[in-house]
Amino acid sequence: MPETVSKGKALGARAMAHHLFWPLVALGALLVVNLIATPTFFNVRIQDGHLFGSLVDIVRNGAPVLLVAIGMTLVIATRGIDLSVGAVAAIAGAVACVYIVKSPADGAAATAVVAITMGLAVSVALGLWNGFLVSVVGIQPIIATLVLMVAGRGIAMLVTGGQITTVNNDTFAALASGHLLTLPVAALIALGVFAATQVVVRRTALGLLIESVGINPEASRLVGVRSRTIIWTVYVFAALCAGTAGLIIAANTHSVNANSLGLWIELDAILAVVIGGTSLAGGRFSLTGTLVGAMLIATLTRTIPNIGIPAEANYLFKALVVVIVCLLQSPKARAVLQRRGDRTPTGPSTPSREEAVA
Amino acid sequence: MKKTLIALCALAVGGMSLSACGSSEGADDGSITMGFAQVGAESGWRTANTTSIQESAKEAGIDLKFSDAQQKQENQIKSIRSYIQQKVDVIAFSPVVETGWDAVLQEAKRAKIPVVLTDRAVDTEDTSLYVTFIGSDFVEEGEKAGQWLVDNADASDVDKDGAINVVELQGTTGSAPAIDRKKGFEDKISADSKIKITASQTGDFTRDGGKQVMEAFLQSNPKIDVVYAHNDDMGLGAIEAIKAAGKKPGTDIKIITVDAVKDGMTALAAGEINYIVECSPLLGPQLMDVAKKVAAGEEVPDRIVTEETTFTPEQAAEALPDRKY
Repeated sequence: MPETVSKGKALGARAMAHHLFWPLVALGALLVVNLIATPTFFNVRIQDGHLFGSLVDIVRNGAPVLLVAIGMTLVIATRGIDLSVGAVAAIAGAVACVYIVKSPADGAAATAVVAITMGLAVSVALGLWNGFLVSVVGIQPIIATLVLMVAGRGIAMLVTGGQITTVNNDTFAALASGHLLTLPVAALIALGVFAATQVVVRRTALGLLIESVGINPEASRLVGVRSRTIIWTVYVFAALCAGTAGLIIAANTHSVNANSLGLWIELDAILAVVIGGTSLAGGRFSLTGTLVGAMLIATLTRTIPNIGIPAEANYLFKALVVVIVCLLQSPKARAVLQRRGDRTPTGPSTPSREEAVA
Repeated sequence: MKKTLIALCALAVGGMSLSACGSSEGADDGSITMGFAQVGAESGWRTANTTSIQESAKEAGIDLKFSDAQQKQENQIKSIRSYIQQKVDVIAFSPVVETGWDAVLQEAKRAKIPVVLTDRAVDTEDTSLYVTFIGSDFVEEGEKAGQWLVDNADASDVDKDGAINVVELQGTTGSAPAIDRKKGFEDKISADSKIKITASQTGDFTRDGGKQVMEAFLQSNPKIDVVYAHNDDMGLGAIEAIKAAGKKPGTDIKIITVDAVKDGMTALAAGEINYIVECSPLLGPQLMDVAKKVAAGEEVPDRIVTEETTFTPEQAAEALPDRKY
């Protein structure tokens, strides 16, 4: 009997040491809070032939952040950062919508396909530019991508002529509000990109190479890893992800507003990556962690209107949750908390173990 | 490091060339010269505002010097300074933000150039820094929206349960239109105890924001009768969310918005929105009128409210063909 107890404890400790344990706990806690506020929160029903409910909304609305965060994870793993993703999203959305509006057959499926292709092509071009500045010219990533972050919104405004451009194209709208096998298309796209990226980086050596470049680009180059190509590639991939996210956001409201589309999405994406346990110092990365982080952010966004936080306290509430999650993830903060808790008679045996982990 | 510096310099040079202004001197031949510092061109509303000012200046024979600040306060301050140097007769501008104008307005005052604020107010203790403020009364807009709901209370009780549950989509938290439209609306609906705001959250004046907040409201408040959105765009986002929930916007849930931009008017004419309170950008003629009076040394009231109306679906269908923005 005592043996199974200690085994259970060891398993618990192992689970707690896992980098996804605390983010998952936070995600679970948020869902429980929502469930208490709205008892029907977990209800999912079939509406007009597709799934409908709060959880479905969360996954669908979380798709753009997840997409951007997947690209951001790889960029951060190479010790870089991409601040331009929001602007890239705006440009992709702007190019696609303006093409549809100007096209003579603005409701046709073919028009939507061409528009989406154009949006993605422009994103790739912008990614090539970012990657060029970082890997060839050697500008620090934060500065190199700042150029496009600032200028990009101007480009998007130029494309749309500063107007909110509204499109009437059902195929394009389906990117965000369409359904396939009762599931939202936007979520399927994001999860598809997630699965494909996971397979490519973990089933081939690419993930390892990205980590090695992130830990030491110079050493990697000397042992024969093509650092430059790898860094360039991840920026193109990040821009492609951002462009896809931009198209989904634009499709969600059948319109593009160059001022607000994807505004501050880079910060949400970086947050998702960090919550997921990827180090901003480069090297180790976790795409699954990013998935959890993105879903946490999407749930948080949904929690605010659901539990009725007043608009003025929005950011405060968000900040509190993020701070708590970050503290829970920090081994040092956990050790301090645990020592506090252990001042009760049961003895001081655990803190030393925690410190060893830290 | 060197490369970083070069990149920054390139950025700075680009920025400067963009914000450079015309430099012809204001002549003193009796004609009026006005310097106008616009916020930017962020929306159809703003573009219509710019066009209105430019066209009415031409009609009134006023020489207009126009600059676009691209949403940046420092650009706006720069252009106001250049207008002071050019000794224009009147300076007008729509402040990007409410605070931080005292220094540059003092300079204008010292140079004895009267300043007219349009569309947005500034937050200053010293009201002698500007002669007047032409713009919409956002509280009144909220009151008009609330009054319509009180007048149409019975028709708005969609589920006939005796209570009219309103959800509110607020504008950007802390912005003047969001605060005032909320206040005006609340003041009016307090006259009818059946009308209650059951949920209120910011949608940041955007369609996407309005849609996401409305999706949440639809799940957590099953008995919504009315949506009150602080602008058309959030209302349009709410329409999408209501449709996705299998309900009919305008019928199953009544929608009231503020602004009356073209997309909003189209939805109103189609019956998906029930009532729109206009927030008109066409204040050019009133501005030119004031400019002439100020230049002639006449007194003007220190607050001038833009002429605005309201729209029902029938009126929208009628007005839509000549809607400029």
